[in-house]
Amino acid sequence: MEDDAPVIYGLEFQARALTAQTAETDAIRFLVGTQSLKFENQIHVIEFDDENNIINKNVLLHQAGEIWHIGASPADKAVLTTCYNKSESHCLYLFFFFLILLSRASFPTASDSRVVSCAAVWRMPCDLETESHESPDDSAHNPQALELLCHLDDSTYGNAACVLWEPMGDGKRVISLADNHALLWDLQESFTQAKVSSTATLEGKGQLKFTSGKWSPHHNSSQFATANETAIRAWDLRTMSQIYCIENAHGQLVRDLDFNPNRQYYLASCGDDCKVKFWDVRNVQEPVKTLEDHSHWVWSVRYNHSHDQLVLTASSDSRLILSNMVSISSEPFGHLVDDDELSEGEDNHQEEKNKEPLKDSVVSTYEEHEDSVYAAEWSSADPWLFASLSYDGRLVINRVPRALKYRILL
Amino acid sequence: CCVITGTGRRRKVHGMLKLYYGLNEEGKSNEQPQALDPCDINGPHFDPEIYMNKLRRECTLAELMDQETCMVKQIRSLDSDMQTLVYENYNKFISATDTIRKMKNDFKKMEDEMDCLSANMEAITDFSARISGTLQDQHTQITKLSGVHTLLRKLQFLFELPARLNKCLELQAYSQAVSSHRRARCVLQQYSHLPSFRGIQDDCHAIMDKLAQELRQKFRDGGTSAKDLSECVELLLQLDEPAEELCDKFLSHARSRLESDLQGLEFIDRGCNEFVSSLCLVITSYQELFIVHAQSDELASKNITQMANAKLHAFVDDLAACYFSLVERRIQEEKSVGDNSLLVRALDRFHRRLQAVAKLLPGSSVPHHGTEIVIRAATERVKQYLSALQSFYMDSLTDVRQALATPRLSVAGELLSSLSASILNQIKSVLASVHLFTAKDITFSNKPYFKGEFCSQGVRESLVVSFIKFICQSSRQFCESAGDKGGSTPPILLLLLSRLCLDYETSTISYILTLTDEQFLVQHHTPVTPVTALCAEAREAAQKLLNHYVKVQGLIISQMLRKSVETRDWVNTIEPRNVRAVMKRVVEDATSIDVQVGLLYEEGVRKAHSSDSSKRTFSVYSSSRQQAARYAASYTPSAPLDTNLLSNIHKLFSERIDIFSSVEFNKVSVMTGIIKISLKTFLECVRLRTFGRYGLQQIQVDCHYLQMYLWRFVSDENLVHFLLDEIVGSSAHRCLDPAPMEQSVIEVICERG
Repeated sequence: MEDDAPVIYGLEFQARALTAQTAETDAIRFLVGTQSLKFENQIHVIEFDDENNIINKNVLLHQAGEIWHIGASPADKAVLTTCYNKSESHCLYLFFFFLILLSRASFPTASDSRVVSCAAVWRMPCDLETESHESPDDSAHNPQALELLCHLDDSTYGNAACVLWEPMGDGKRVISLADNHALLWDLQESFTQAKVSSTATLEGKGQLKFTSGKWSPHHNSSQFATANETAIRAWDLRTMSQIYCIENAHGQLVRDLDFNPNRQYYLASCGDDCKVKFWDVRNVQEPVKTLEDHSHWVWSVRYNHSHDQLVLTASSDSRLILSNMVSISSEPFGHLVDDDELSEGEDNHQEEKNKEPLKDSVVSTYEEHEDSVYAAEWSSADPWLFASLSYDGRLVINRVPRALKYRILL
Repeated sequence: CCVITGTGRRRKVHGMLKLYYGLNEEGKSNEQPQALDPCDINGPHFDPEIYMNKLRRECTLAELMDQETCMVKQIRSLDSDMQTLVYENYNKFISATDTIRKMKNDFKKMEDEMDCLSANMEAITDFSARISGTLQDQHTQITKLSGVHTLLRKLQFLFELPARLNKCLELQAYSQAVSSHRRARCVLQQYSHLPSFRGIQDDCHAIMDKLAQELRQKFRDGGTSAKDLSECVELLLQLDEPAEELCDKFLSHARSRLESDLQGLEFIDRGCNEFVSSLCLVITSYQELFIVHAQSDELASKNITQMANAKLHAFVDDLAACYFSLVERRIQEEKSVGDNSLLVRALDRFHRRLQAVAKLLPGSSVPHHGTEIVIRAATERVKQYLSALQSFYMDSLTDVRQALATPRLSVAGELLSSLSASILNQIKSVLASVHLFTAKDITFSNKPYFKGEFCSQGVRESLVVSFIKFICQSSRQFCESAGDKGGSTPPILLLLLSRLCLDYETSTISYILTLTDEQFLVQHHTPVTPVTALCAEAREAAQKLLNHYVKVQGLIISQMLRKSVETRDWVNTIEPRNVRAVMKRVVEDATSIDVQVGLLYEEGVRKAHSSDSSKRTFSVYSSSRQQAARYAASYTPSAPLDTNLLSNIHKLFSERIDIFSSVEFNKVSVMTGIIKISLKTFLECVRLRTFGRYGLQQIQVDCHYLQMYLWRFVSDENLVHFLLDEIVGSSAHRCLDPAPMEQSVIEVICERG
């Protein structure tokens, strides 16, 4: 069984932000946000035509600044959030200002020279889809701009690190993480107004900063988890208080985490100690499993949405690794036979039993990237397809190897 | 004519006689055809008429005449013969008749005498009957009197019995008393219905009870020796005490005495000397009493023998179990591993003594259990030695750790050699101690266990191999536990252990195992861990430790770099005048690590430098500067793609760098690993920040400084160049106002720093 070759797409700019278009379940579509200090930043809407193995792209301008994080609404295809850096300052101006200030005795840093991280909700132009199919090349020439819906104005709280949509929600609630605050926003009036409904603050010594977070799909979406330094914390949205904390989850900084979509107590995390750890949050003393396959920091970890044994990890060793974590998945003995299938024939069931349970293993290592891979995402439309983004702007779309796919399915 | 006839008749008679007596004359076969011949004068069928006719016909007259004279002569001689014969026979007959007549007379006389004899006999019988009739009364009286006499003597014995018994009792001549009583017992029993006898019997009973009491008392008395005891039991047994009860009592008594021995048992020696010998004594006396005696005794049925035997076995087993548990407890207390010879000798003595029991009691499981105890003790001992070795190892590690805490770096090499030497010595001394178990003069060393399994499984596997595995494992644990908690193990210790494991892999393991095999003549009939597997394990541990060392050291430097990048406001920084202190610190640390590693590991190979490496660093940096300029130049709106294209092309020609990868066992590789980790961290941190013009310039200065000093540590200086280029390139990318500093200025600043 020969697997399809990976499909590579190059962006002109460096990029870190990648998400699947969560609300889209038919077309395979990813959103990439670029990072450029000099030019207009863009959001590339990349659609992968599975049948023809072709990529169609749409470029939308994101004029506000370079994008550090991007999140797609789970309810509305066109709505997305970004965290971006705003650098209003002009360097020359700054330089003069700096000299003037230097001549004085005191030297307060000018607020407008600072780089500030903000978060905002955007809407993509609605005629996008029709256009993309017919003339994908043209759209690049006349890039449309995103329509700003509202700012998640959290400047009083600090620099925004990421924005989390309520999983499987109606797209009305988001959480933004800003420095040491977690803010729950209600989006009203069709996203044009955002109100902070509650906040949680991480108290402690020194400058605490959330590096990333994840909203749990379990427990009626009433929990979310955050990472700061080497600790992972979980919060209850109703009381905005901490539920549990995994101190020293990683030897170094925790870079990312993800909830197992099918097992409510399972959580994966990754960090600068090159490890990927799987936790049972009921006992946070020891990780259930630890992977040490990467040779540098692991920046992203993602469970497959339907087959949670498949875990993607992206690392600054320029590699993407797909692991098959059968032993701690919700299907430890392969695909569970439904009752309907059972009634069809006992033989099936018999075969199922005879099958050796699969072992945890690295399915494959993808080496198409040449720079650090900061993001990897599963497609929301095709559970066997995923995209990864490296810093040099290379987006690679890969599929789960067929052999494994059939093994899981059959 | 009639004469001839007479002759013929005589012949005939003669022939008839001959026939009668069965005499065969010589010419008989000739006679046969002549037998029927009627002319044969001597033949039986002689017919005178035919003969006469024949003669007349055949013979002449003269011949007839001759024949006639011859015949007459023959007849005359025959007649005379007959006359003599008749005469002889007549005489004999007459003498026979005379004899018979004489006999007849004698018999007559005898008959008369016989008559006379019978008459006499009759008279005698008569007399005798009369005498016996008169003596009858007296005889019965005498018999009666003699009976009374014996009875009286018996009675006298009986009457004297109580007194005699008392006297015996006084003199403690118990056996005599018992035998006396035994003799009287039946009689007394028989005549117990008579009041007088009754009295005696009662008296005797009382005395015997007293005696039994006394015996029992003696029996119960702790002071009596085993021999006295057996005598007591013998007597009691004769006194019809129930055998079963006696068995129990005997054993229980022996038990109490032996147990008192056990309680006082302080040391196996004493146990061997006192307990086992007493036990043997008990066994012998018991066997003599209940088994040998019972077999010879008619009274005892077979059941008693069996019962007694079973009881003895149970008793011995029970007591031995008690003893063994004590011995085992005692052996377990023997924790001090200093001197093994005492324990071995104690075990040897223990084992030897039990052999005596084995001889006495062939079916007993006692010696078997004893051997098991020895085996257990030996394995326990091996375990203790293992844990002693392990704790020794951990202690020496603590010592090493303390020694390392003092800031003298140069001692690392000495520490390593002293550590490995002391471990080796310890192993040797332990082997020597354990070797005592298999010494030739030790009885149990002949057991198959000590010849085979103890050597291979016990010593080789669970002592030596386990210890080596322990070293590897504890080394690996340093990597695992310390990894997350931020290096509670000093990195130099990791390095030292790594070298230790490597040394083990190259030489020490095979040396130790050869030594063990030689000392213990390990027979490889059970599968044992091969040397290569252990070496592989040691190498793996060494590799892991070294990797971990690189990781820890890399992280220490990374942490400094990360903090320095993260905490600074790179947009609003001032124009660089100096190399930042962090960079100097990084170079200092790298230098000290280099020295550290150099003490324990060889230099290793590096790619050949050109003759003017230091110059080349500048020249290479100039290429980096070009690249920076290139980045800067690429920041024109016209060609946004070039940047990626250029950097991608650049990457195409450089190999992918594995940051946290395995290192080789040499200094250069270790240093390369550490520097790789540090610089990659620097790069990643830079990419997360935004820089102002001076921020970029500061990075340029810092990188140049690193360039100047780090190239000498690594195997391939291009690696450092590449990473530093990346850092400068990335910061140029992340710069709001990329205006790179003049190379000459950078050089001036760096040299001044």
